[in-house]
Amino acid sequence: MGKFIKHQIKTWGLTELFKGLSVTGKYFFKRKITVRYPEEKTPISPRFRGHHALRRYENGEERCIACKLCEAVCPANAITIESEERDDGTRRTTQYDIDMFKCIYCGFCEEACPVDAVVETRVFEYEFHERGPHIRTKEDLLAFGDKHEEQIAADRAVDAKYR
Amino acid sequence: MFDALQAFLSGFLFDWLAIVITLVLQAVSVVLPIMLVVAWLTYAERKVIGFMQVRMGPNRVGPLGLLQPIADALKLMTKEVIFPAQSNKYLFIIAPVLALAPAVAAWAVIPFSEGMLVSDINAGVLYVLAVSSIIVYGTIIAGWASNSKYAFLGALRGSAQKISYEIAMGFALVTVLMIAGSMNLTEIVNGQKGGFFHWYLLPLLPMFFVYFISGLAETNRTPFDVIEGEAEIVAGFHVDYSGMTFGVFMLAEYAMMILISFMTSIMFLGGWLSPFEGIPFLEPMFAWVPQLGWLAFKVSFLLFVFLWLRATFPRYRYDQLMRLGWKVLIPLTIVWVFVVGAMQYFSFGPWFN
Repeated sequence: MGKFIKHQIKTWGLTELFKGLSVTGKYFFKRKITVRYPEEKTPISPRFRGHHALRRYENGEERCIACKLCEAVCPANAITIESEERDDGTRRTTQYDIDMFKCIYCGFCEEACPVDAVVETRVFEYEFHERGPHIRTKEDLLAFGDKHEEQIAADRAVDAKYR
Repeated sequence: MFDALQAFLSGFLFDWLAIVITLVLQAVSVVLPIMLVVAWLTYAERKVIGFMQVRMGPNRVGPLGLLQPIADALKLMTKEVIFPAQSNKYLFIIAPVLALAPAVAAWAVIPFSEGMLVSDINAGVLYVLAVSSIIVYGTIIAGWASNSKYAFLGALRGSAQKISYEIAMGFALVTVLMIAGSMNLTEIVNGQKGGFFHWYLLPLLPMFFVYFISGLAETNRTPFDVIEGEAEIVAGFHVDYSGMTFGVFMLAEYAMMILISFMTSIMFLGGWLSPFEGIPFLEPMFAWVPQLGWLAFKVSFLLFVFLWLRATFPRYRYDQLMRLGWKVLIPLTIVWVFVVGAMQYFSFGPWFN
């Protein structure tokens, strides 16, 4: 009998409904977790894999020695490399293209590189409006690396002890 | 105010022209604010639901996203209106009009404060009930004219649901009429004079809930929005509507929401009366609040509850919805009619004397 009365009170008092309302009512006043993207940004890991870049040594010499390990390891076949022997006897690339539409941002090229030449930066805000520019040439990548060298070097330094 | 205007105009115009101009101005002065409230109610809805889901809600257009309704309206007005092949063009166009017209027409008798209403008719409650039940034709015709099975299913559900819940709604109002002894909305409010404990909320508490729940069903709001249940029938009766024809359905739905809130405040929450009447310190403290202010406060609270419920509850299954309407709400209202009769016979409380 007591159980019956309890059940009736629960039913006609709409207790379950008010419980539900109190939950949403509480959330109404909670701090909102939305990140207003262009104005606010979430922190990015130094290991973030975004736009690619080719780096240089401090004396301005490009690092890449055209070993083609990255081309070989690339699972999406996004990298195309041609090489030649330069006048000073070293082997350098004449062509280093990354097809950004093919790239899956796995980071294998960076892992494979013996001289830390090709890296993936934390820059992810770029877009292409037509075909053509999506193939990043050697000049593009070197210029990109020059522009962001400070950030790239800092990120490598932070991650160095785990490698 | 409008009488003076009419007298002034008939001084140099034909009498019938003066009357027409005054009537049009009267209608515009009621409909325009309501349409504006409807626009920002959609904004409030998205904001409230967003907040309850720990999101921001719209915040891009204008400061705090306050211009969002304008952007929405512009988008809807510039979009193409698509007529489905094999649809009945005339009915297809008439349906949204039939949905919106009653939702607007019902406002003719709603008193915003003492004497501030378009027409003070004695059968006000009856008028609102009658006019607001015409809305169901908009739903049915929209579902029929679209020539789509989803729309048709939505229309079938909608018509059955609205007719069922109208009974519970009507009986809930019968109890109010029993206490008030009048169908005139102004007199119903004036019957609740004397502060919070004289409102019809307390003796009719179950009827308050029944009326509000039926109101949810009447306006097709969650948890009773099976008529547009997107999981089963995409968007129900207005699945084939686009652009402004769809916008008109939305206008009608939100105008109905506001109407139900107004009716609930007038019937149960003392309309424009202050809840502190007759209390020594609080009454003079809140004397500065205008009558319209109290009514607006009560209505906005009820509208917030509409949005709150939508953010909280899942949709009823169709058979559960019918069960609630026929086996719970209607018997409850009938029982309460007798309870109110008994209370009246024994002159119970401050309400029956």
